[in-house]
Amino acid sequence: MRKALLALAFCTALACQPAYAQEAPALPPAAPSVAAPVQTPADAYTDMASTHFDAIIRGVERLGRSGEARALAALQALEAHKLLAGNDTVYIRTDTGLVDARTGQNAPADLTGLHPVRLNNRVRQTLASARAELLLAQGTQAERRDALAQIQAHPDAAMLPVLDKALADPSNKSLAGSLNAARAAILLSPGAQPVALSEQLAAVAAIKAQGGLAAKSLLSRAATLVPLAPQTREAAGKAVASIDFRLKLWGYGQDLFYGVSLSSVLLLSAMGLAITFGVMGVINMAHGELMMVGAYTTFMVERLVAAYIPALAPFSLILALPVAFVVSGGLGILIERSVIRFLYGRPLETLLASWGVSLILQQAIRSVFGPTNVAVTTPGWLGGSFALGGLEITTVRLAIFLFAIAVMAALTLVLKRTPLGLHMRAVTQNRRMAALMGIRTARVDALTFGLGSGIAGLAGVAVSQIDNVSPNLGQGYIIDSFLVVVFGGVGNLWGSLAAALALGIGGKGLEPLIGAVSGKILLLVLVILFIQRHPRGMFPMRGRGIES
Amino acid sequence: MSTDFSFRSARWTALAVVVLAVVLAFASLLPQSSALSVSPFVVTLCGKYLSYALLALAVDLVWGFAGILTLGHAAFFALGAYGMGMYLTREIGARGVYGNPDLPDFMVFLSWHRLPWYWWGSNHFAISLALMLGVPAVLAGLFGWLAFRSRVSGVYLSIITQALTYALMLAFFQNGMGFGGNNGLTGFKDVLGFDLTAPGTRATLLALTGLILGAVLMGARFLMGGRYGRLLVAVRDTESRTRFLAYRPEQIKLLVWVVSALIAALGGALYVLQIGIVNPGEFAPANSIEAVIWVAVGGRGTLTGAVIGAVLVNLGKTLFTAILPEFWLYGLGALFLATTLFLPHGVMGLLRHVPRKREEEVTPEITNPEGSNA
Amino acid sequence: MTRPPPLSRRAFTRFTLAASAAMLAGTDRARAAAPSGEPIRIGILHSLSGTLAISEATLKDVMLMLVDIQNRKGGLLGRPIEAVVVDPASNWPLFAEKARQLLSVDKVASVFGCWTSVSRKSVLPVFEELNGILFYPVQYEGQECSRNVFYTGAAPNQQAIPAVDYLMSEDGGGAKRFALIGTDYVYPRTTNQILQAYLKSKGVADADIMINYTPFGQSDWQTIVSQVKAFGSAGKKTAVISTINGDANVPFYKELGAQGITATDIPVMAFSVGEEELAGMDAKPLVGQLAAWNYFESIDTPANKSFIADWHKFTKNPKRTTNDPMEAHYIGFNLWVQAVEKAGTTDHDKVIAAMVGLRQPNLTGGIAQVLPNHHITKPVYIGEIQEDGQFNVVWQTPHEVPGQAWSPYVPETAHLTGDWTAPVNCGNYDTQKKACLGSHHA
Repeated sequence: MRKALLALAFCTALACQPAYAQEAPALPPAAPSVAAPVQTPADAYTDMASTHFDAIIRGVERLGRSGEARALAALQALEAHKLLAGNDTVYIRTDTGLVDARTGQNAPADLTGLHPVRLNNRVRQTLASARAELLLAQGTQAERRDALAQIQAHPDAAMLPVLDKALADPSNKSLAGSLNAARAAILLSPGAQPVALSEQLAAVAAIKAQGGLAAKSLLSRAATLVPLAPQTREAAGKAVASIDFRLKLWGYGQDLFYGVSLSSVLLLSAMGLAITFGVMGVINMAHGELMMVGAYTTFMVERLVAAYIPALAPFSLILALPVAFVVSGGLGILIERSVIRFLYGRPLETLLASWGVSLILQQAIRSVFGPTNVAVTTPGWLGGSFALGGLEITTVRLAIFLFAIAVMAALTLVLKRTPLGLHMRAVTQNRRMAALMGIRTARVDALTFGLGSGIAGLAGVAVSQIDNVSPNLGQGYIIDSFLVVVFGGVGNLWGSLAAALALGIGGKGLEPLIGAVSGKILLLVLVILFIQRHPRGMFPMRGRGIES
Repeated sequence: MSTDFSFRSARWTALAVVVLAVVLAFASLLPQSSALSVSPFVVTLCGKYLSYALLALAVDLVWGFAGILTLGHAAFFALGAYGMGMYLTREIGARGVYGNPDLPDFMVFLSWHRLPWYWWGSNHFAISLALMLGVPAVLAGLFGWLAFRSRVSGVYLSIITQALTYALMLAFFQNGMGFGGNNGLTGFKDVLGFDLTAPGTRATLLALTGLILGAVLMGARFLMGGRYGRLLVAVRDTESRTRFLAYRPEQIKLLVWVVSALIAALGGALYVLQIGIVNPGEFAPANSIEAVIWVAVGGRGTLTGAVIGAVLVNLGKTLFTAILPEFWLYGLGALFLATTLFLPHGVMGLLRHVPRKREEEVTPEITNPEGSNA
Repeated sequence: MTRPPPLSRRAFTRFTLAASAAMLAGTDRARAAAPSGEPIRIGILHSLSGTLAISEATLKDVMLMLVDIQNRKGGLLGRPIEAVVVDPASNWPLFAEKARQLLSVDKVASVFGCWTSVSRKSVLPVFEELNGILFYPVQYEGQECSRNVFYTGAAPNQQAIPAVDYLMSEDGGGAKRFALIGTDYVYPRTTNQILQAYLKSKGVADADIMINYTPFGQSDWQTIVSQVKAFGSAGKKTAVISTINGDANVPFYKELGAQGITATDIPVMAFSVGEEELAGMDAKPLVGQLAAWNYFESIDTPANKSFIADWHKFTKNPKRTTNDPMEAHYIGFNLWVQAVEKAGTTDHDKVIAAMVGLRQPNLTGGIAQVLPNHHITKPVYIGEIQEDGQFNVVWQTPHEVPGQAWSPYVPETAHLTGDWTAPVNCGNYDTQKKACLGSHHA
């Protein structure tokens, strides 16, 4: 009895698991549980009205082959979730009503019984190819070029006649290179009819000349593709090795870019601290929370812009910069006036007080915005990446890098070229003398702290583009920021720059070798040892007012 | 910063701690029906507070007396805790989930087949005890020797202590380290053959923690009230002058640093015995900062203040996480602000009957960005 | 300066008194309800501050809503239910302390709580010692089967393995190469170990599996995403299986978008990204990326519709999303209510005994049944992320999958089974040695 029960328990725990795995092609929730219809329906539009992905895909493929102008409209509607299905046909939803996709006629705007045509990644993939096929015949020059890139990225043997036809078309003369590359990609992909050896080898050479990861991917597959001639496969293998070598060389440059980009984030987050902590001697543990406030300001500005001046939505990020500077800076002045000013001369106690401030700020944000992340969008012009030689430069990282440089330059200018900067330096170097010369030290203190906090706000705007915007945002940056300032040498902006570069590039250089965590630990240990050798950081500040 | 070298209060605090712990321990053994009975929940809680008080005392020794603001003392506490945790893990033996007599559960789970070398000997209590105190002491000795020799001070020292605990936290978070990764060590059953969940064991552990805390308090009082304590304060207040008088400030500081690490490790070991879990979260830099705040709240440089601060803040945390779960962080933040702004001498400052000369009222004119003796 | 009126001290005293009274008697009561008699207390052990508040604070609200609904239905055994809320503040030892407080001071009938594995592991000894009941609502790594815990989230076989099956299917793109990216803690480690064994059993070579672990809160994903890209250029369809934890997901997906990886090139299947996480992200670059769960807000059933309506009403926010762990709490709470009704008492032993075999309709039209191993049956859905931050279900298991406590794909546990019914009564029964391992006897 006991054994039987046990066996039963064991079976319930195990047996069902492989059982469903074999019934792999599962069904959409509302669909009848029968297999996809066997007979081929009348046309593509009927296919697409199905709830089965197989049928929808077949429909999309047939639309691509059809070459009809209306097919393109249907495909674009499908991509935008504007294609509705019902009564064995599909309708395009427009702003005014429904249009029958098959006929292009207006249809009665009765939405009952209609459902959006289902999409999944496979449909999307087919959709992209089908649209490329249509555009290659109907599109503008630029659209054709994009279409060819799409065809080359996902080569399909059935596309070969289309390409051959396009090659024969004299209007495509300027696209010959792209056309040939796409053709080469198809010749080297599974399902293609074997062609003459010389043509195969030419295809390998053409793809190899393109270089890059996509070419490597294509050639690695070709190297194992049996229908291709052995010589072709061998050539493909060699081409892969050669691309690999080039990728490896470019890889060092890429790591350097990653390092510089990490450095610019570190520098941005540390720069405000270099002012509040480095110049004023306030151990400002609420620095991270001031960044968080900047990030939440970005979120608010984006919301407000979207609500009131939607035309400016793509540029809300730029609008957020001054707002975040003012909000964080104002908050900083408030903190300085209400807390910090009572603690001058007791820097280590500013640590405790500002830690208290940071807890309150965190919880305040949690109370107002809730504990979850908020979504800050990345504007279109900051998205994506571009190639620079073999380097892949992500736009947003490049923008942050440039932004860090700009903030650094502006800060240096403020410190060196403005009366405020002069006063700030005077107060730092010899407070009493400065006061005797008529500088209102209290006001300078407040403004200096405000400046540092405002820069933290700017860093928050930048960080909102690459990281979470949550009440915990500040905690992730505070330790690194302090490390940068201390490692560089307190009170020295250039030291912070050098430290950020060393930590960023060092970290990214170590990451591929020993992993992110071990790299970080190693760096921390190195910084600890470095400070033992150079107790005042890389660029210690010299001067009479500084010595203890 | 003034320092009163008599520490009369420390003696009374030590006595109070011991008496309270022993009384609570006995009360917890009374039958549940008795009016004086104390629930095991309160016993564990008190054990936790007293272990934290040891950490606070350790911080007070280096911050209050030597002027070294440590932002990494939780590292020594956690190392002590891990040392004890390793021993307790080995004590589980074959009673783990997988019934493996040699390997802790988390190693079986990650398909390890052999015990890593640094776990050797952890099944013997004596070796473990030596490790749980020795490792933090050696680390502190090495770190302190390097730092004090090259005269790293003030903020620089604070930040590298923070870097130290941060690096250790990252390391212990890694599952590959063989310390249970994020989960840490837990699921303990026995210590020296006594069932950890038995009321008798709990009561004994609480009484033991109280006794150790009392003994450490008396020891610290003896050390700080004597010649060494005066030297330490001299180093704290004017290190260069002490050096010119042919003392070796680095050696003076190193001694208190290592002693303090030992006390913290002891606190960690006792903490694990009563809480039953140790994980890398204990290394978090925020924990070290919090320990500093306990001392600030209680009053630095007073020994008694450290104990009072640790107990008060943690009691408040226990209460407010239950009563005002959504708002207690405001209270905690406000407490830190209020302490630094209005209670520069902490609770102990309030208790002193005669208000002292306002020597702490430093005007903004005397800024000291390096802050070596704040 | 005006002095505060002398009342303040009295007010303070009153506050402290009230505070201590609340401390002694339990805390933060839910509003009084119609049913009469001594209230039945349940504990809610979710972090309201600290790093985990991001995910856990919502679960506290869901529990309060469920208690509210139940009380309006007349309570339980004619008595009102009262929720005791505590804040373990994302701190593991505090989880254990609060669990002990709930069980021994507040004497709650059951506890709903915990999020990460470590929070569960830290309270486990407390629940076993004090013989409490914990409902754990989060998908987890399995390899545990305690008598005092009911696992209402997914075990690996209820999430990870179906997800891989989907990726290998034609609809999923027929992936041949897998990058397993995770945060370095026990859930990803175990899940990846199980997946690795499973992939090998399906004929995937070692060279086609890449495993990478990152620390918590990883915010710079440049190197890893570029490694994934390079890994994906070997001429085989590549998919990413992500066990990246909460916070680190946003920068990860942002980096994917920045480096131009789309779901049609390299699909990413995530196990920890749900509606709540997506609400904090710009979902446009993520369209088509995948997630495997046992519940999606977008699933159109009457039960789900009314649950979402209740939720919007309760939170007074028509935009609040629902997610998988919330459904797990819904199931867990209703199962517990059933068990108490069946047993006629809140006595822990009797309720635990009454639980096994209970059936509760879930929100997506299926049935959750409590298995002898204290896991439940769950359907598995694969959803694709849509622009509005919701999921479009593209695949589902034909029927509910029973949760496995011990993975058959890990050699050490292949022969273990959990069964808390007589005569086995053991969470880790070795079917080879015919013995209950360790000391987890009832």
